[in-house]
Amino acid sequence: MTAEGGVQYSKIAEIKGPLVVVDDVENAAFDELVEVETTEGERRLGKVLEVGNGKAIVQVFEGTTGLSISGTNAKFVGKVMEMPVSKEVLGRVFDGLGRPKDGLPDPIADKFVDINGEPMNPEQREYPKDFIQTGVSVIDGLMTLVRGQKLPIFSGSGMSHNLLAAQIARQASVVGTDDDFAVVFAAIGVQYSEAEYFRRSLEESGALKRSVLFLNTADDPAIERIITPRVALTVAEHLAFDLGMHVLVVITDMTNYAEALREISAAREEVPGRKGYPGYLYTDLSTLYERAGKLNGRKGSVTQVPILSMPSDDITHPIPDLTGYITEGQIVVGRDLFRQGVYPPINILSSLSRLMKDGIGEGSTRDDHSEVSNQVYDAYSRSQEVRALAGIVGKAGLTEIDLKYLELGDTFEKEFLTQATDENRTIEETLALMWKIVSKLPKNEITKIKDKHVEKYYKEE
Amino acid sequence: MTAQGRIVWVSGPAVRADGMADAKMYETVTVGDSKLVGEVIRLTGDVAFIQVYESTSGLKPGEPVVGTGNPLSVLLGPGIIGQLYDGIQRPLRELSKASGSFIGRGITTSAVDMSKKYHFVPTASNGDEVAAGNIIGTVKETDLIEHSIMLPPDHKGGKLSNLVSEGDYDLETVLATIDKDGQSVDIKMYHKWPVRKPRPYNKRHDPTVPLLTGQRVIDTFFPIAKGGTGSIPGAFGTGKTVTLHQIAKWADSQVVVYIGCGERGNEMTEVLVEFPHLKDPRSGKPLMDRTVLVANTSNMPVAAREASIYTGVTIAEYYRDMGKDVVLVADSTSRWAESLREMSGRLEEMPAEEGYPSYLASRLAEFYERAGRVQAAGSPDRNGSVTLIGAVSPSGGDFTEPVTTHTMRFIKTFWALDAKLAYSRHYPSINWMNSYSGYLADIAKWWSANISEDWFNIRSETYGILQREDTLKEIVRLLGPEALPDEEKLILEVARMVKIGLLQQNSFDDVDTYCSPEKQFKLMKLLVDFYQKGQQALKEGTALSDIRELGVVSSLLKARMDIKDDEMPKLEQLDKDMQEQFKSISGVKVSN
Repeated sequence: MTAEGGVQYSKIAEIKGPLVVVDDVENAAFDELVEVETTEGERRLGKVLEVGNGKAIVQVFEGTTGLSISGTNAKFVGKVMEMPVSKEVLGRVFDGLGRPKDGLPDPIADKFVDINGEPMNPEQREYPKDFIQTGVSVIDGLMTLVRGQKLPIFSGSGMSHNLLAAQIARQASVVGTDDDFAVVFAAIGVQYSEAEYFRRSLEESGALKRSVLFLNTADDPAIERIITPRVALTVAEHLAFDLGMHVLVVITDMTNYAEALREISAAREEVPGRKGYPGYLYTDLSTLYERAGKLNGRKGSVTQVPILSMPSDDITHPIPDLTGYITEGQIVVGRDLFRQGVYPPINILSSLSRLMKDGIGEGSTRDDHSEVSNQVYDAYSRSQEVRALAGIVGKAGLTEIDLKYLELGDTFEKEFLTQATDENRTIEETLALMWKIVSKLPKNEITKIKDKHVEKYYKEE
Repeated sequence: MTAQGRIVWVSGPAVRADGMADAKMYETVTVGDSKLVGEVIRLTGDVAFIQVYESTSGLKPGEPVVGTGNPLSVLLGPGIIGQLYDGIQRPLRELSKASGSFIGRGITTSAVDMSKKYHFVPTASNGDEVAAGNIIGTVKETDLIEHSIMLPPDHKGGKLSNLVSEGDYDLETVLATIDKDGQSVDIKMYHKWPVRKPRPYNKRHDPTVPLLTGQRVIDTFFPIAKGGTGSIPGAFGTGKTVTLHQIAKWADSQVVVYIGCGERGNEMTEVLVEFPHLKDPRSGKPLMDRTVLVANTSNMPVAAREASIYTGVTIAEYYRDMGKDVVLVADSTSRWAESLREMSGRLEEMPAEEGYPSYLASRLAEFYERAGRVQAAGSPDRNGSVTLIGAVSPSGGDFTEPVTTHTMRFIKTFWALDAKLAYSRHYPSINWMNSYSGYLADIAKWWSANISEDWFNIRSETYGILQREDTLKEIVRLLGPEALPDEEKLILEVARMVKIGLLQQNSFDDVDTYCSPEKQFKLMKLLVDFYQKGQQALKEGTALSDIRELGVVSSLLKARMDIKDDEMPKLEQLDKDMQEQFKSISGVKVSN
């Protein structure tokens, strides 16, 4: 991203944290892009957070280390931050601010787009309902992903969320179509090895040439993380809505994003909300997540799978909490299952896909899908209660039917949930496994499935 | 004289402008060269503090700010029903014509189509003395809505003249003039009303008639009255939105106002896609013919989110004044409170709990107080109601946070959503131990008069089973179910049946999505009968396992899905089957 022209100011009043306060500024606009030049001639990008009464508060993405009051110049570029977009970005690797990181020149741009995007008009949205087969049974069967959905993975440090996200990116397909697809990957403050794992995984599956990578790794400037998801989503929107592609956006790790936001808020001395995060964290997150969707009369779609690590595995922490209120469900990775070596270690009871009901059923998966999935949820939930009870009173204190549920829980985890990272199951295979679980119950325990489906699919062992 | 000033400071949705000595509090202003819409929220000397309803990106100090002289108002007239508005009553369909798939800025549109013609039928006559709120005629707005043309409720009244005859007129046509003290005022099909000012009425009534929603756990256990207030708090994933959609779909009101306040874009799209295809169970007409949507999704400008609640409730009051029952659903009041918090922070006000402003409670109280069943101003006499139902999204699912606790002070029906129930897919996940309804006693009279005199007893009996189960569960948790005597195991069994067969309701099932009051009562009665028969059978020495394995058990659990509202004889048959089956296991001969 380059900045030409603009007005230069050299009266720096204050430097604190990521912020530079410039004095005697005229004609600067809110949100305007700023180029800050150090004494050594190094250029850093920033934007205007607040302007008025001759002062502008500028947030410097690459940090303020090495800036001085006397030797720093700030150039107000006269436009908001923009990302050059075109089909050329496919196969490329960019840094967290959208500048090439692969040694190649800037891609030739079709146009420059404001990275903040504009809110989609709800009236112009197309309600998402195309089933995406990820090949992961637990997702396809119980928390179905659809095109245009935002479905985050809530995980904790050290767990296998990256394996899962990479598997989804490799295997995701819409059965019966060969539409153009693309993957946009944004790494926000993650370790280099994690970003590299993802890149290699895309490369090995041959998807790299259909992918765009934005990498802000742990050693990159923290404030840059505010920009990374925005440039990534700007590119995704262009690929989807201008070029008609179906774009899967994987963003990892949103927790680092929220922390960068907190850092700026603290530097501005704003009144904090919960845990020191700014009161507008919800609104800010929504301006990212709500960029997923489909639009009337346009071919493409933006599907988001953001990953966040829950601090201390706490789902009530503000970051997962506010995310869950915006996204259309959540896939929760469970510590217990992970410790037992289960992959994917998804805790289905706290997981959910809100758009599932419209993406499944006759014509997309199968007419019994909704009912059998309700029954599996119900049965597994019951099996967990029984398991807890068995821990106290022992198996001897359980009724016969309780024992059946106990066994069902084991089958669920071993045969249905567990699968290999390269195992791509069809929806038919997934549904067959679900019926296998349900068939462990006597018929009078089946309360969520209509009789005609029980007759057709129930197989007593 | 309108204020004309200049921007001196911009930060997010907050703008300060000087030269604004003529501005009034809560006056709407246009901000900047691109004429963004804003509202004055503080005046200090000649500096006005303005919240801007659109994105301020690119706005500069020095750009002009111009007052309009008017407070933020909505246009009230035919054409509102079926619309999808943003927080300041701009139709989103019209916005898309101006700016495409994404929402542009500085676009002005009319809230309704001013050139559309409606068939006006006068109900007053020339020479009548008319007063504020009087109806002078009606138009048919949709198949479901007979729209009364009223004098604004703050009108001075006078003598009606120049009333047009029956015919088709557009909104700008002068339908009549009203003369008083030598002055003449034109009456058109519409008028404007400031959103922050409740519309006046003659008299308030007690809310005693239930708002029937077709949702069993609501209607039967925690009912809300027409003109009442209710709140539905719950962590994410507990099914708030689905429950609110169900109320919006099936409530027996004439008008529904649905406010998507800081929520997901796709949820509004879902309503837009779904409602035109759903039929109102009472009239058979599309639900969209009685619905107004106000959408300010989470990523739309935060200040307009604050306004959306008022826009919605003012529209609701307008239809109330025609003598209609209106339900207003606001999803979610927490996001509205957050927009208050954000603006308060920018104003650098001293925060109260969790950064919320100290006036959070009084704003909530003012909002919920706009609910009510009233006799509208003017003649003819007519009663209407506004029922307010607000979702709350407590952070971390913690009901002790400020928005939930303050809301509880001002509402009478509380539907507490429970993450544990939702995790086990018990929907609606309304927790029967933590929820309450302050309208129960009054509403019981309605059930007793219209459905069955036994209603209150049967409901108490059923609720008693659930309460006893709650206590017994503690014992089971410690000792296991085998430690209980058979009588108590039976309670657990029946409680399970009540939960599955009555409390749970599948919104996505064609039959189960709506349940008539008659069916609700009968299902409940059958379960209580089952319990009493079971108790009797145990006393006579029947084994509990025999009771559990009766064929009728699974029929009772599935009756909510298998038996349609108009198939009540099937429930009678189920009743008979139950009697027979109990007789067969107790070994007692069938008596004549």
